[in-house]
Amino acid sequence: MKYVEEFRRQDLAKRLSAAIHDAVEPHRQYNLMEFCGGHTHAIFRYGVQDLMPPSVTFVHGPGCPVCVLPIGRIDNAIQLARDEGVILCSYGDMLRVPASGRNSLLKVKAQGADVRMVYSTQDALRIARDNPQREVVFFAIGFETTTPPTAVAIKQARAERLNNFSVFCNHVLTPAAIQNILESPELRDMGSVSIDGFFGPSHVSSIIGSQPYEFFAEEFQKPVVIAGFEPLDVMQSALMLIRQLNQGRHEVENEYTRVVSREGNRKAQSLVAEVMELRRSFEWRGLGLVPYSALQIKAPYADLDAEKRFQLPLIQASDVKGCECPRILRGVKKPTDCKLFGSVCTPENPMGSCMVSSEGACAAYWSYGRFRQPETPRESAA
Amino acid sequence: MTAGRRRFPQRLNTRNGRVDMTHGSGGRAMAQLIEELFVSHLDNALLRQANDQAAFDVPAGRMVMSTDGHVISPLFFPGGDIGALAVHGTINDVAMSGARPLYLSAGFILEEGFPLADLERLVVSMARAASEAGVPVVTGDTKVVEKGKGDGVFITTTGIGVVPAGVEISGDRARPGDAILVNGTLGDHGVAIMSSRENLQFETRMQSDSAALHTLVADMVEAVPTIHCLRDPTRGGLATTLNELTQQSQVGMKLRERAIPIDPAVTAACELLGLDPLYVANEGKLVCICDAQEAAPLLQVMRDHPLGAKAAIIGEVIEDELGFVQMETRFGGSRVVDWLAGEQLPRIC
Amino acid sequence: MCLALPARVLSVDDGTDMAVVALGEVKKEISLALVEEVQVDDFVLIHVGYALNKVSPEEAERTLKLFAEAGLTREIPT
Repeated sequence: MKYVEEFRRQDLAKRLSAAIHDAVEPHRQYNLMEFCGGHTHAIFRYGVQDLMPPSVTFVHGPGCPVCVLPIGRIDNAIQLARDEGVILCSYGDMLRVPASGRNSLLKVKAQGADVRMVYSTQDALRIARDNPQREVVFFAIGFETTTPPTAVAIKQARAERLNNFSVFCNHVLTPAAIQNILESPELRDMGSVSIDGFFGPSHVSSIIGSQPYEFFAEEFQKPVVIAGFEPLDVMQSALMLIRQLNQGRHEVENEYTRVVSREGNRKAQSLVAEVMELRRSFEWRGLGLVPYSALQIKAPYADLDAEKRFQLPLIQASDVKGCECPRILRGVKKPTDCKLFGSVCTPENPMGSCMVSSEGACAAYWSYGRFRQPETPRESAA
Repeated sequence: MTAGRRRFPQRLNTRNGRVDMTHGSGGRAMAQLIEELFVSHLDNALLRQANDQAAFDVPAGRMVMSTDGHVISPLFFPGGDIGALAVHGTINDVAMSGARPLYLSAGFILEEGFPLADLERLVVSMARAASEAGVPVVTGDTKVVEKGKGDGVFITTTGIGVVPAGVEISGDRARPGDAILVNGTLGDHGVAIMSSRENLQFETRMQSDSAALHTLVADMVEAVPTIHCLRDPTRGGLATTLNELTQQSQVGMKLRERAIPIDPAVTAACELLGLDPLYVANEGKLVCICDAQEAAPLLQVMRDHPLGAKAAIIGEVIEDELGFVQMETRFGGSRVVDWLAGEQLPRIC
Repeated sequence: MCLALPARVLSVDDGTDMAVVALGEVKKEISLALVEEVQVDDFVLIHVGYALNKVSPEEAERTLKLFAEAGLTREIPT
């Protein structure tokens, strides 16, 4: 597979590992946060940590839209499927996430609700065309990467007059999340959490470009490297972050130049802008209410908005007692710091989204990392 | 076979006919279904006796019995169907003890409305699989459930076999230092099934690897009677099977990713869907654990058999009271290959 | 960031704005609604059934060179 396998070569990994070992300054700790689940996945799946010097630590951030979706929104989706009798179309990722009362879309499907897994919004449109008598709702989730496909579906449904199709929109914005992490009270406290640099998300950036990160780099004085999601990309990006930190720079650099440009995909951006607009605020699991961090469907397309069509109530639901997902999502705690991890909360019996989602820090840690020695302490000496 | 008056005035309409409740009610309709569809295709002496049971002598030795319910959907998929799968699956379960499979039974639960043409197709496929394997279906049962209460057809097969003397193969016999072998590429079946599922719609040449492994096992056991463990990694894939074995034997394992044979088409399909091939189902593969010294000769024996052409040694058993399966990745790092928590679902992030 | 992969364009249908792409030997039909001027043999990044962007062969080469150059200085004894 071209442009995939070359970026996983072991010989190049060795070179990069040597370069990183050379680059790190003695007596200095480098805490690098990877914001996106794909990076977490790559790090664990390929064992990238094994090739890094001990002074470099990966901090796993709120990297998956599944993990940050508040329980109340999943409850709404369950309501649509179970009580409104719609055909609820969803990406695979959401099906097992536990909502209130340990319910999930998969569970209500087992009880008879019509929940269907789709790979693409095109599939959801097809289901709507094939079932003109039924209401079809697409459960839209994801960061900026996944938002344009939803916008396309909304426009297409309008053009085809698919009156039985609507979208339950839960798209969230990356820069807002990063800002929230950087402004978190724990971060402000000296020495409790310290993130020295960020791996910028690969595919969100392919849509929004590298430009939106320039603000953070400047405001918070932290370097950002837009990193591809193959393991060699992650290593090269780590090297670039380390070099910036050594040189006291805090710029936005782009390692993923084969896909990401400064301005991003203008066509996709304008499609989204045509159909969606910012919500004043949106609740993120673990981060609370974050202003201007999510999207809703614009008034001219209100008839395709499931929240309006079905008058979905706002559901305030809380995490299971003892669940540390909120702090784990911010990188403040590790999975092993959570009392539920491994005892009550396991992949078979997940308590929170960090364990259910394959990109969640807890699931990744469980699948890939559990047998390792505890990581080195995370105070930064920078 | 007796000549004489025909029992049924009209032949079963296998072209356009459908299963209805009379086919399960024990009367003439059911008798006709059994005779014209099942017995005629599965044809063997024991079945033709038309008793409610099959009686046979058994060779001396340790008997093995295994049973499997088959509920797969879709019923027909690239490289196979539920009929052949039912035969192969149970033959393999019996063979994983080192036993020579002797006979099979097959119970069918048919859904009202199921097309007889499809049923015949499945039974013909079953018959072919049984005859090629040399393991006949000697007794069976048919029931019909109301429309909506079944998925077309469910098949339960039970098999019996006899274990040669001196062979003791069991999941708790893996020991540190043992070699771990597989007989070929992993993930083929699961990818073939997924490619024929409606909502995923990708095109691949992958076919199910559904096959009866008993002759391969016979060769292996003859060459190395002291094999410790054999298991076929079906649902949940290689990873699940290896984790089962580490739990049973209370050991750990260390695999080498480079050594695990995976077809490039399977790798690509799994990349596309965000799945890990180690967790994808197989229906014609086995995992074998044996003493380190036996590994090389065993590998050769496997490679000499058509179902073992791509056999490989993929790792070793180690001491580990926590029972982890570790893997050295292609990349040079290390990861844990854990139990699967529920079915792997295609993901977007 | 999400699961997105580079795939080669095998054929383009301008009428439906769809294309057939290949990832290794696996083929899939995807939508071109988010990209422009895609031609056969181009590589595109695909995600949830859509092409998100083109993959630049020149930049891919450059990036691989960067990896290869890393650590070269280590061969020089200090």
